[in-house]
Amino acid sequence: MTLAATAAGLVPGTAHLAAESRGFLSPTGVEIAFLLVGLVTLGAAVVTVTTRQLVHAALWLVVALGGLAVEYLLLTAEFIAWVQVLIYVGSVVVLLLFGLMLTRAPIGPSPDADSGNRWAALAVAVASAAALVWVVVDAFRATWMDLEGAPSGTTEVTGASLFQHWVLPFEALSVLLLAALVGAIVLSRKAKAASRAGAGAREGAPSPAGASPAGTAGEPTQPDTESPADKEGDR
Amino acid sequence: MHLAYPAVLSALLFCTGLYGVLARRNAILVLMSVELMLNAVNLNLVAFDAWLSRAALDTLHSGQALTLFTIAIAAAEIGIGLAIVLAVYRNRGTAHIDKLRDTAEGHEPDGPGGDAHGSDASAIPAAGEKAEATA
Repeated sequence: MTLAATAAGLVPGTAHLAAESRGFLSPTGVEIAFLLVGLVTLGAAVVTVTTRQLVHAALWLVVALGGLAVEYLLLTAEFIAWVQVLIYVGSVVVLLLFGLMLTRAPIGPSPDADSGNRWAALAVAVASAAALVWVVVDAFRATWMDLEGAPSGTTEVTGASLFQHWVLPFEALSVLLLAALVGAIVLSRKAKAASRAGAGAREGAPSPAGASPAGTAGEPTQPDTESPADKEGDR
Repeated sequence: MHLAYPAVLSALLFCTGLYGVLARRNAILVLMSVELMLNAVNLNLVAFDAWLSRAALDTLHSGQALTLFTIAIAAAEIGIGLAIVLAVYRNRGTAHIDKLRDTAEGHEPDGPGGDAHGSDASAIPAAGEKAEATA
């Protein structure tokens, strides 16, 4: 039903907006602000994927995600901007930092952060960027957003539409979050039980463990006796 | 505002994340790049919602609702992904995805270039973990 309404409303709306004399050569203040914040965001993202210091990558990711929150504010999506700050900057980056520290990431520069297929990856990324930018600019050359008037993304508007039209996906999403929570706990518990039984083998695992092959062969078989009971307990 | 600004920024951010996914070797850096790609999609959704809620009178605000769902799913994804990465790190002592080639086709169980130096030592615990995984 919305597709028909969209198709019916798009054509006069686009024609009306394109008829007004606006162009790239006279950008508005919002566009200039969007461009500047976008440059900062893109630069932070590029540094995130190219730096050799793992912790710096996580910290530049904060800049990129915060810049995206500012872009949401400029697009009048106020509630999503604060959700972005809360969820991404507040929790996801903290989770990533915890992951980096739990995997004993080196604090200094690590020369093997990039793999050998860096140039193939660069070629793929540049080719897809060129194709996407070309298609997008060509498709939306004469399309303007109307950001005047009442903002379309306040908490009131978003909440009303979320709990009027999107209640069922919302509830399904809460079930999915619960499943993800239980799944993460189960994953880390199994690993913990296995590592407790084979702690001696784990300590020598990063270094060549050829010193005691009998010990490393014998100890990981111990969790085999525990894990079926553990799995049955989960079910 | 011209729609090309957020659309082009979103495309460039997506390709930055694509480069990171393909070029990084640490699994947590790959997860960071996946987050960048998801955020690029979110920016697209918000921009098109801001356009269509005026141009087509889309009262459902589907773009913003989908953005919220994407953020929640990304939070779940990063939790599960980090749990998997930590489990792999505990079992193998490394989080480098180049060295996790046990299920790769066309390679020896220990790759020719990656970790051939520890092939004799790592074969025995790997066999033990496979037996544990199938039990």
